[in-house]
Amino acid sequence: MGLLSLAIWVPILFGAVLLALGRDDQAGVVRWIALIGAVVSLLITVPLYTGFVVDSAAMQFVENMLWIERFNVRYHLGVDGISLWLIPLTAFITVVVVISAWEVITERVNQYMGAFLILSGLMIGVFSALDGMLFYVFFEATLIPMYLIIGIWGGPNKIYAAFKFFLYTLMGSLLLLIALIYLYTQSGGSFDLAVWYALPLSGKAQAFIFFAFLAAFAVKVPMWPVHTWLPDVHVEAPTGGSAVLAAIMLKLGAYGFLRFSLPIAPDAAHEYAGVMITLSLIAVVYVGLVAMVQQDMKKLVAYSSVAHMGFVTLGFFIFSDLGVSGGIVQMIAHGFVSAAMFLSIGVLYDRVHSREIASYGGVVNTMPKFAAFALLFSMANCGLPGTAGFVGEWMVILGAVKYNFWIGFAAASALIFGAAYTLWMFKRVYLGPVANHHVKDLVDINAREFLVMALLAIAVLYMGIYPKLFTDVMDTSVTQLLKQIAISKLPV
Amino acid sequence: MLDQISLITAYPEMLLFGMACVIAIFDLGVKTPLRGATYGLTLLTLAVVAVLEALYASGGATYYGFGNMVVSDSMGNWLKCFATVAVMITLVYGRPYAAQRDMLRGGELFTLSLMSLLGMFVMISGNNFLVIYMGLELLTLSSYALVALRRDDVAATEAAIKYFVLGAMASGFLLYGMSMLYGATGSLDITQVFKAIASGHVQHQVLIFGLVFIACGLAFKLGVVPFHMWIPDVYQGAPTAITLMIGGAPKLAAFGMTMRLLVEGMLPLAIDWQQMLLVLSVGSLLLGNLAAIMQTNVKRMLAFSTISQMGFVLLGLMSGVVNGNTLHAANAYSSSMFYVITYVLTTLAAFGVLLLLSREGFESEEISDFAGLNQRSPLYAGIMAIAMFSLAGIPPLAGFYAKLSVLQALIATGNQAYLYLSVFAVMMSLIGAFYYLRVVKVMYFDAPITASNVVAGTDVRVVLCLNGALIVLLGLMPGGLMALCARSVLQMLGT
Repeated sequence: MGLLSLAIWVPILFGAVLLALGRDDQAGVVRWIALIGAVVSLLITVPLYTGFVVDSAAMQFVENMLWIERFNVRYHLGVDGISLWLIPLTAFITVVVVISAWEVITERVNQYMGAFLILSGLMIGVFSALDGMLFYVFFEATLIPMYLIIGIWGGPNKIYAAFKFFLYTLMGSLLLLIALIYLYTQSGGSFDLAVWYALPLSGKAQAFIFFAFLAAFAVKVPMWPVHTWLPDVHVEAPTGGSAVLAAIMLKLGAYGFLRFSLPIAPDAAHEYAGVMITLSLIAVVYVGLVAMVQQDMKKLVAYSSVAHMGFVTLGFFIFSDLGVSGGIVQMIAHGFVSAAMFLSIGVLYDRVHSREIASYGGVVNTMPKFAAFALLFSMANCGLPGTAGFVGEWMVILGAVKYNFWIGFAAASALIFGAAYTLWMFKRVYLGPVANHHVKDLVDINAREFLVMALLAIAVLYMGIYPKLFTDVMDTSVTQLLKQIAISKLPV
Repeated sequence: MLDQISLITAYPEMLLFGMACVIAIFDLGVKTPLRGATYGLTLLTLAVVAVLEALYASGGATYYGFGNMVVSDSMGNWLKCFATVAVMITLVYGRPYAAQRDMLRGGELFTLSLMSLLGMFVMISGNNFLVIYMGLELLTLSSYALVALRRDDVAATEAAIKYFVLGAMASGFLLYGMSMLYGATGSLDITQVFKAIASGHVQHQVLIFGLVFIACGLAFKLGVVPFHMWIPDVYQGAPTAITLMIGGAPKLAAFGMTMRLLVEGMLPLAIDWQQMLLVLSVGSLLLGNLAAIMQTNVKRMLAFSTISQMGFVLLGLMSGVVNGNTLHAANAYSSSMFYVITYVLTTLAAFGVLLLLSREGFESEEISDFAGLNQRSPLYAGIMAIAMFSLAGIPPLAGFYAKLSVLQALIATGNQAYLYLSVFAVMMSLIGAFYYLRVVKVMYFDAPITASNVVAGTDVRVVLCLNGALIVLLGLMPGGLMALCARSVLQMLGT
């Protein structure tokens, strides 16, 4: 069994064991097993990085065997520079989520932990699948644990949110399924991505495929105007659910663009790049403005996620080295930062049980340690140099300016909005005099919460100060991808 | 006439018939309310029959017996094997329920179940219009009696009468269509009918006239729009164990009959019957899914869900012949076969949990009866959730691959209209996802109404767990069953 298989199946196996453990009388044991499972899964992903050959664009750690003979579906796994960092990111966020839920989740602990571990394995599967159908199976399967997580442990309006999440994303992915089957028949019976990359396709077919993919990935990213599910879902989801949703699940869509849309339908991608760039800019600018007027902290961060993901798609569709690399870096950075933001809100919510900005004020007086972390994460969210948030956005803006000054200008202006809404929220929640007795009674974070915050803070700072660790591995693969999409696939 | 080969083709049927009679008499001596001995003997019989059929099927040879009246081929034998297993599982799930409602007295439940299974066998292996019709009648007459087993229950009696009247009418349709074809081709033998039609010397108009009636009859038996009216009422009115008995295994038989009549008998008319199936299928997908949303009764909801699922089966059946080319036929029909088998497997699990929740004097029928099942019993809630997600077609569960293979068959035709049809089908299954999810929602997100534990006998527990596990396992490793379907359909088309 290869390393990637282990990375996928070990967390799923741990999750299944947890589910079998039954009721809540063994919650303590359950938590420790979950933590061990998550840490082991994270450790498994370490050799992926250390063993990765940086100057090769080929897929590495490849596993390839026949899975479903009748449809020639292969269990084909592999990573390249594009997907490499997303896998440890997933495993890392799962560890953080498990720790952050330690005392917070008291009901049906085994199902909560089990769902997150299974989800983690499935998402790693998405990032490493090199077979269209295998990708789809993992991609869709993630809906089941997330639906249950939102619905069981969510807020007051959780049922609406769970249904919206499930049906909205299912709608997109069903069209993806049709496109995959279409490609299967067009390629003469193969789901292999490599075959699809080499497959010549007419303009009309490419347009169909591109938009079918877009339906799935745009909903997942989410891009404006199909982003409306995200704020609703984030508000109701439990803290851990929000963190995983923002940190990893949104990346499934963005990753899909790189792995599917661009290389399989390059001509359509070029043709509709204008549309994509416009949608991305609307996400960056308009949704940024929407974020500013939010009363609810989680909603604000949710809208800010949409805006940040706008940078990612913008970077992808300007077809330059800087843009694509910047987009990928932004994906990883946003993974750390958004998880940190949601977990910070979770810390406050656990104490006061309110997400309204107006319920807070002067938190720094009662929770100084926590406020320091929150400040760091807020700064990262607005893209301060030296934090993770800066690197990707800066690369994308640079790429965009090279592509077209005004696009770059519009994207850059979003940094101002980002700073505005994040810092304004920080000011209203943390600074000033103690606003009410709830804030007055707040107790600063305990050792467990400190650990969660510290882990994320290290990641955010490390990525901000030394991004080379992240950018180095992707260079070759990004160059290769760009080369690939520059070649027309129209039949001559 | 009664040569060695004829006997070989009919051994399982003979065993089944003999044992049905033996069990009817045997039960006279059994006095326990749970009818343990009769139950054991019935399961044993069914197990032997299932093994026999599996052996026949994996042998792979095709025999014609009784002067070409019956055929024993790999597709039929597998269908029979799965139908037998489905009846076994139904009896396991249904026995406690039936015992609590005094339906086991006299052992008719077991005898009638065996007789209806025998009917299915005859339907599946008939190679002659009248033999198929006889099998169908044996199945439906047993089913009418099964539905009416609770004589003093108003709803069940009403359902039985409704089922009987509409069923008799559909049988009439079918018989009328068969007589038309007999008039046109001069034969009742399916192979001969096929040859006559293929020769092109038969008057097309009469053929189409007969075909319409046959299609109507089949549509009724499959339960697709607009011949679906009986399904919700009978599903709801019949005692739940019997609902499973008519909603599970007979679907396999109906599929087998459709294959025999339409594909083996009238493949040259495919262009005509495919159009008919198209209308039936679109109607079923639309109405089944939309109507299911509004249901609060689980049995009724599952009834409408059946209608929409059968619409999917028809999608596969209608993509076999493209522009007179049968290149894709095996692919298309085997995807439908795979669909039916996984559908029956999933339905069994869903009804199994439903039966478990019904207690003495309490019919668990409303969706709200599932409230908080996860807190009462995570295991059974999990199995129900697996069944629901599988019916909704979410990977990695068996139902997803069923939808995948049918959609693949549609798209592989290369026909633009079929591509749009596949988009329509997935949009309908999106609507379908809503009501399946609602059951999951009620089980997992709502608070339980009662705190009582769900108790199940060992046999029920073991079988239910295996059933749930099989849905997941088929989701992880669907290749084997798919290959099996492909192989047997290919073999059937070859002969």
